[in-house]
Amino acid sequence: MANNRFQKREVRWWHSLVWPVAGLALLLAFNFFFTAGFFHVEVRDGRLYGVLIDILNHGSKVMLLALGMALVIATGGVDLSVGAVMAIAGAVAAQLINKAGVPFPMVIAAALAVALAAGCWNGLLVGIFKVQPIIATLILMVAGRGIAQIITDGQIITFTDERLTYIGNGSLLGLPFPIWMVMAMLALTVMLTRKTAVGLFIESVGDNQTASTYAGVHAGTVKFLVYVFAGLCAGLAGLVSASNIKCADANHAGLFLELDAILAVVVGGTSLTGGRFYLVGAIVGGLFIQTLTTTMYMRNVSADTAPVPKALAILAVCLLQSPVLRAKFSAVFKRKAA
Amino acid sequence: MKFPVSTKYIPLLATALVLAGLYILGCVSFPNFGSLRVLVNLFGDNGFLGVAAVGATFVILSGGIDLSVGSVVAFTSIFIATVVEKGMNPQLAIGLALLVGALFGTVMGLLIRVFQLPPFLVTLAGMFLARGLGFMVQPQSLGITHPFFLETITEKLAINLNDKVSIPFTATCYIVIFLLALFVAHYTKFGRYIYALGGDEQSATLMGLPVGCTKVLIYTMSGFCSALAGVIYTFYTQSGDPASCVGLELDAIAAVVIGGTLLSGGVGFMAGTLMGVLILGLIQTLITFKGDLNTWWTKIVIGGLVLAFILLQNFISSASARLKSAKH
Repeated sequence: MANNRFQKREVRWWHSLVWPVAGLALLLAFNFFFTAGFFHVEVRDGRLYGVLIDILNHGSKVMLLALGMALVIATGGVDLSVGAVMAIAGAVAAQLINKAGVPFPMVIAAALAVALAAGCWNGLLVGIFKVQPIIATLILMVAGRGIAQIITDGQIITFTDERLTYIGNGSLLGLPFPIWMVMAMLALTVMLTRKTAVGLFIESVGDNQTASTYAGVHAGTVKFLVYVFAGLCAGLAGLVSASNIKCADANHAGLFLELDAILAVVVGGTSLTGGRFYLVGAIVGGLFIQTLTTTMYMRNVSADTAPVPKALAILAVCLLQSPVLRAKFSAVFKRKAA
Repeated sequence: MKFPVSTKYIPLLATALVLAGLYILGCVSFPNFGSLRVLVNLFGDNGFLGVAAVGATFVILSGGIDLSVGSVVAFTSIFIATVVEKGMNPQLAIGLALLVGALFGTVMGLLIRVFQLPPFLVTLAGMFLARGLGFMVQPQSLGITHPFFLETITEKLAINLNDKVSIPFTATCYIVIFLLALFVAHYTKFGRYIYALGGDEQSATLMGLPVGCTKVLIYTMSGFCSALAGVIYTFYTQSGDPASCVGLELDAIAAVVIGGTLLSGGVGFMAGTLMGVLILGLIQTLITFKGDLNTWWTKIVIGGLVLAFILLQNFISSASARLKSAKH
């Protein structure tokens, strides 16, 4: 299978990682010199503890969302509803686990099924009814929290079931369980998109929908499927989020996380105009955002003013990726060389 | 199949029908719903949302989007509250806040235009920035004790209709801004530029329209409208709160969409947005009157309405496309 076409793609794939990894490295280097104890990692009770592990652990929600979001953005769309879908999935899981007689696999399956249904709804609107993605997913973003409120009856549902709290707080082979979930989902997504033709279909629909339709790719179906996948990712992130704090909070679970996920994807080198996606880049982008957040907490920036440096970082990344600015820079260098 | 009115007015007509339907439903269900006071309050309570929606309409007509609205409103309110409490002249503070809002919009517009960045991302960054800056000005909400806010705005500038009912200043502001926006959108060159830009940017450029200038000005106007919405919000609550108005931009966008404006740009009416804002306000009022319904039903109903209007627009645009191809 390793023919030339795939090797060419591999070269591009690494190339796209340069900027996000450089950004992350810069941030880590800053912390290495100026933030005490940032790189301290220790083993306690057979489990790794430290700031770096925390970043991986807390960043898992954004990273899970970013995987689904990357595929959605690759088709030229965007999914604003993932935060609300997280709240719904968490609410379903919390309600069912507290009901006697519901087996644990059923709880997980039900939560994910609801998230998949939400994804189907978005996919139906965008893929079949041809509604603009921002507005189609805005509907569920607005109404989704209301639905989650109805499921929880306006209460914050707490639970103590150890199997459910394990998802967000347990550890496997020394690492927190959510990290393994991210790795598994990344592997699955890469396998599905890069080792089959699905990734090519997604990119072709995002690049030129008319051309891909003439080439025999059913654009509506491809779009439908990416939103369903984004729903699944949101469901998993919702389970982690609810499990982390051992309760389902319909108002705050996943609030504004859709924006973080979009940022992670863009920082990772995927353009919002669609046509390309970089899954590992999206993961690195997620790590970048979580590192930024954690850095600010450790440097005693209050949670309320934290958006300011975050906004500046976003703008810097956007400007770095702007073709206009790059063209200007390269023009300057060419003149110097000449 | 032939529509009795021009297809471009059908979404507007549907919005008007929904508005009338909701109002009649309220009047039939609750004895005091039809009173003048409820009607006046509908404008007064939603004045800031209305002004924010005016800005959002311009941006969406041009094919862009502005996500920074809610944060700029919150920033303006806490900014005014803080400087007025520190002893600044209220009129000067308001003027300064409006200037800051317009400048904020201009910078976003320049980033979008000069560096060709997607509006979605730039205004997202603007949303984070304004929210954080608001908390930097003052981390907690702050009540205003200045007589200009407590007396002049609420009493002297309110227009008395009879002994019991008076039009609050927030409502007057909204109506004035709405009329101005109506004029700009439909009777000025600049308004035509916005429609042309939203219809097809490439064609607008080829026609020799000042596309760049228009684009930057649209975001300046949106920033100004957000700041003005913030001023009205400050009048309304008589306090500043950096944590307020989270998600106001989504309500504004919902009002614009319910008002029949296409999110892809180029098609829509300012009057539709007014009706959209009133529909959102009526839903809120209805649920308050009902009493036993929880507030989250508001969100579900709004979501459902947005969906219904989008599907209606899709149906109309595909039907009129079929009509056109049938003629040829």
